[in-house]
Amino acid sequence: MTNAFAMWERLLLALLVLLLAGFGLGIDGFMTPYALADSTFNFSEKGLLALAMALLIVAGEIDLSIAATLSLCSLAMGLAMKAGAGLPLMLLAAFATGAACGALNGWLVTAWRLPSIVVTIGSLSLYRGIALVALGDQAITGYPEALSVLGNGYLGDLVGLPWLIVPIEFAILLLMAVVVGTLLHRTVVGRRLYAIGANPVASRFSGIEVDRHRFALFVFAGLMAALAAVLLTGRIGSTRPNIALGWELDAVTMVILGGVAIEGGRGSIIGVLLATLLLGLFTFALGMANVSGIVMAMIVGVLLIVSMVLPRLLRGPRVLL
Amino acid sequence: MKGLHREIALLAIIVAIALAVGVRAPVFLTWHNALDIANDSAILAILVMGQMLVLLTRGVDLSAASNLALTGMLCALAGRAMPQLGVVPLLLLAVAIGTLLGLVNGWLITTFELPPIVVTLGTLSAYRGAIFVASQGAWISDHQIHPAIKGLPREQWLGLPALVWIAAVVVVAMAVFLRWRREGRELYALGGNPHAAAYVGIPLRRRLLLVYAVSGALAGLAGLLWVGRYAIAFTELAAGYELTVIAACVIGGVSIGGGIGSVAGAVLGVLFIGVVNGALPVIQVSPFWQQAIAGVVILVSVALNAGAQRRSGRQILERREVAA
Repeated sequence: MTNAFAMWERLLLALLVLLLAGFGLGIDGFMTPYALADSTFNFSEKGLLALAMALLIVAGEIDLSIAATLSLCSLAMGLAMKAGAGLPLMLLAAFATGAACGALNGWLVTAWRLPSIVVTIGSLSLYRGIALVALGDQAITGYPEALSVLGNGYLGDLVGLPWLIVPIEFAILLLMAVVVGTLLHRTVVGRRLYAIGANPVASRFSGIEVDRHRFALFVFAGLMAALAAVLLTGRIGSTRPNIALGWELDAVTMVILGGVAIEGGRGSIIGVLLATLLLGLFTFALGMANVSGIVMAMIVGVLLIVSMVLPRLLRGPRVLL
Repeated sequence: MKGLHREIALLAIIVAIALAVGVRAPVFLTWHNALDIANDSAILAILVMGQMLVLLTRGVDLSAASNLALTGMLCALAGRAMPQLGVVPLLLLAVAIGTLLGLVNGWLITTFELPPIVVTLGTLSAYRGAIFVASQGAWISDHQIHPAIKGLPREQWLGLPALVWIAAVVVVAMAVFLRWRREGRELYALGGNPHAAAYVGIPLRRRLLLVYAVSGALAGLAGLLWVGRYAIAFTELAAGYELTVIAACVIGGVSIGGGIGSVAGAVLGVLFIGVVNGALPVIQVSPFWQQAIAGVVILVSVALNAGAQRRSGRQILERREVAA
């Protein structure tokens, strides 16, 4: 089984190299360091959501409200700023909101034993609805300069090394990928998440506090949504009710393309990160080639299906049920 | 019996809301307003019937709204290109395109044993993008839409709008199918326990294909009606509407876990959404509240559903788990 994962990741890596080579030759100005650095802005926040989503899906859950949570966190930051709060308090408001949204999902899933897909479809509607009610057709703007630097700045400028043109957002994504990857692949908690995803009942009987882990995962997803909200709000400098609309589907696509099994219990963070890079660079290159966003969405949808069909074809026929 | 209780309770809630709003704004309780709500709910009811079939088999069809929009757009394009087409060929075309798109879902799900949620998530984007490709991003506006498409939802038969009649036919056909046809009963068995259903000889693959084809066909029909009713077709048509459809099912007591749900309940779920959405502007609540209220209602009704199912002792293992 371990072999199969490694094969999937090698396949993703090969695709990534092919993609870079193909677009590098085909599109002028794609293979320059600045273009590549700028391309990461488009997927860094989505990548953060995908990391949290990967943990949830490995454990057999899903959070479709993650992008709606992001919008509420951004709203909380905006309201805190309007109330005269400084940057630390604004960040606190965002993370507290994210944690609260995640906790509500987690509580409904664990205490009421509800399927997470229905719960989070409901809370998606609720969170996005609250953002709509609070903002209407207005937008909150005028965020402090520091946030804009966080969203648009480069790591090199921050530490005084101008040649280091790595966007701060991308550095945060890589850092979080290492943290989440270590958690999932190198700790007891990570092993337990796989066990829970593979068989929650057996996990419970072997002494794993299944519900506590589930609850913590939803809160973690809320916190990651808050982190993404801080970066995204800083980058675009405004909060609108439709901020990050539909991103939950992008995050799920990244996770599935990364080789995580939708039924839980299998997958790796390296795969998810590779899939994030692959999709991000792919859409960026198509954007440079003037392909419209909706057509990209179509290609991503087809990719999602192909990425599921391929391994089943490679594995050969199986007995139904 | 328990199901009946639930439906009566839901009906009582709907009536209570209608009366409460009617006290504040008597215009809400007029025949005219009732017709408006019925008209608004008709397309939702058609989609809900298809979605309910899919949910019964433990699946979900997230691509329903994209299917609706793609079929609507293709019919609008066909109508523009061939003005000589009548209503019947257009209807057949809509149902055929919808069925085909639904069969793609069913084929992927059964042939490759893929989870329905991810397959339909993929086709949700794919079909939506196909609209853009087909229309080149252009809008088909009022004057370009075939008069037969626009005329159909505006017809009145026996004092009721045609939309309501069409929805009623679909609902009755679905009720008969699920109650008295063997294939319909087998869907409940399949959703209740797929393994057992396979052992007693229910052809899972054929039934699943049927379910996704019907869901697609109804989405296609709804697409033609939608384009006719609002006299416009564009890429983002009905985007996100799949969540409203699933919400109506859940409110109506259809279980996401499969095997549980009735046509009457689902129709009440549709009515609930119709009455609430119709009531908000009347009592001067901002329509921005619609989505938040829908969210709360979904959460409350799944919690109630789960409570009812737990008491009947379906999940023995999980209950023991709580005690431990």
